[in-house]
Amino acid sequence: METYSLLREFADSWMLLFLFAFFIGIILWVFRPGASKEYRETADIPFRHQDKPATDEEART
Amino acid sequence: MVNYIKLIALGLITLLAMMAANYARDVAYLVHALIVTAVSGGLFIWTLRRVGTTVSHPQDEYFDSVVRAGVIATAFWGVVGFLAGVFIAFQLAFPALNFEWAQGYANFGRLRPLHTSAVIFAFGGNALIATSFYVVQRTSAARLWGGNLGWFVFWGYQLFIVLAATGYLLGGTQSKEYAEPEWYVDLWLTVVWVAYLAVFLGTIIKRKEPHIYVANWFYLSFIVTVAMLHLVNNATIPVSIFGSKSVIVWAGVQDAMTQWWYGHNAVGFFLTAGFLGMMYYFIPKQAERPVFSYKLSIIHFWALIFIYIWAGPHHLHYTALPDWASTLGMVFSVVLWMPSWGGMINGLMTLSGAWDKLRTDPVIRMMVISVGFYGMSTFEGPMMSIRAVNSLSHYTDWTIGHVHSGALGWNGMITFGALYFLVPVLWKRERLYSLTLVSWHFWLATIGIVLYAASMWVTGIMEGLMWREVDANGFLVNSFADTVAAKFPMYVVRGLGGLMFLAGAVIMCYNLWMTVRKSPAKESSLSVAVPAE
Repeated sequence: METYSLLREFADSWMLLFLFAFFIGIILWVFRPGASKEYRETADIPFRHQDKPATDEEART
Repeated sequence: MVNYIKLIALGLITLLAMMAANYARDVAYLVHALIVTAVSGGLFIWTLRRVGTTVSHPQDEYFDSVVRAGVIATAFWGVVGFLAGVFIAFQLAFPALNFEWAQGYANFGRLRPLHTSAVIFAFGGNALIATSFYVVQRTSAARLWGGNLGWFVFWGYQLFIVLAATGYLLGGTQSKEYAEPEWYVDLWLTVVWVAYLAVFLGTIIKRKEPHIYVANWFYLSFIVTVAMLHLVNNATIPVSIFGSKSVIVWAGVQDAMTQWWYGHNAVGFFLTAGFLGMMYYFIPKQAERPVFSYKLSIIHFWALIFIYIWAGPHHLHYTALPDWASTLGMVFSVVLWMPSWGGMINGLMTLSGAWDKLRTDPVIRMMVISVGFYGMSTFEGPMMSIRAVNSLSHYTDWTIGHVHSGALGWNGMITFGALYFLVPVLWKRERLYSLTLVSWHFWLATIGIVLYAASMWVTGIMEGLMWREVDANGFLVNSFADTVAAKFPMYVVRGLGGLMFLAGAVIMCYNLWMTVRKSPAKESSLSVAVPAE
């Protein structure tokens, strides 16, 4: 089989399946239990450290 | 030690550029070699005078001087780009403006790419670099990585703009939409872009927040994807190392497909993903409330980047491109409507509970109308990508109107909003000089865009219908010149709309200038004695 057909067949099948599953996986991941609480915290990032960087003690992990 | 290596490198570059100027085979290459000679020679002297001095990069302060320079560059290139646009709009309405004495340099064909690149890459690009440097520092709670590399990115990008712009006027062009710069300019941009990626990623890696804020995801996807697009679409072989002409390695329809894969993703990742990064930071900041739904923002991100990359073939309906490929592009363009509107809803709903700010704060009004224009042009775009609609709209002014409702409305307005937010913060001012002037800017720009888009809808659909009109015997009714003559009034209206948009931008520059000069300094932040960088 020449390269084009080989790649085309792969793209049409396994790669398509992988990308689709990855995308669905992200949506499921976003709605995992406990996500809302964590995202509320993350959404507040722009309102911290407006004037200067965090010091090492302040650093959150 | 580093300075000696710099001096040797700069000296060599100056020498090689002088040799290149000597052997140059065309004017564009000659002028570019002389520009490079002047810049590297100047840098050599500048570095020589500073040997022994070190620049400090205190890690407990943000690197804001480069952001300030980026804000100035954005405002400057914005006015230049809008001015070029207004001029070529009137050139179309009044062909006498293609002056005889400037033929071959300042006629419409040479100035059009100058306008598109000036607004997209000079105005938009500087806005993206400046805001991304600002946002990544604040949301990572860390100083920009790489020390002076940030300055290299800024000045390297300005050099790219100057080389690109002078190249267009002198005829050094690849004739690829949004990818006109010739091979050596492309190589230089690659170097600058890799440095940009390093600075941005380096800052994210050393962040002090556990999570990467969503704006940084959008900025990062913009930087990475533009690098990929740039490399593939500019795979050219120079005819001579001493000439600007190069030949692309892709042949025929593959070249066309690669070009529009690049071209549409320049819109999708440069003008959309990057600017969505701005939206996700500056709208919450100006509204003083977090983004409406962080979950939606994550789905928005992944849906947008997974779908946008396939939309390019809709530029090639009814061409040598196989039907399945253009159908694929069309289907993905229509699906793209959903993440686009998801993002728009997320931006607009961030104001829920703070809608009263629309009445009092013209800056947030600007940001909201930009998201509104984003929604409108991402509705219009998928519609125009449908093959049947495209058979009417393609090659007409409707396309131009669509592009400008997105570029002026979405990209322009969100950038203006970001500039109005940034200048008081970066120059430590209490407030903007005048909110009345912001309102003037808002209304001039909005009415200008409406005039622009409406006149282009009328003229675009009119010329599309005139082109396909046939009489009872099947002969075409109109000649091409008939459509040109019929479009004249709409071209004048379009030019006036552009003029209003330009006037608004000039008012903004005055307002920002006076904010720095006259607005009261911010006492609270000065009392903790933050030293100037």
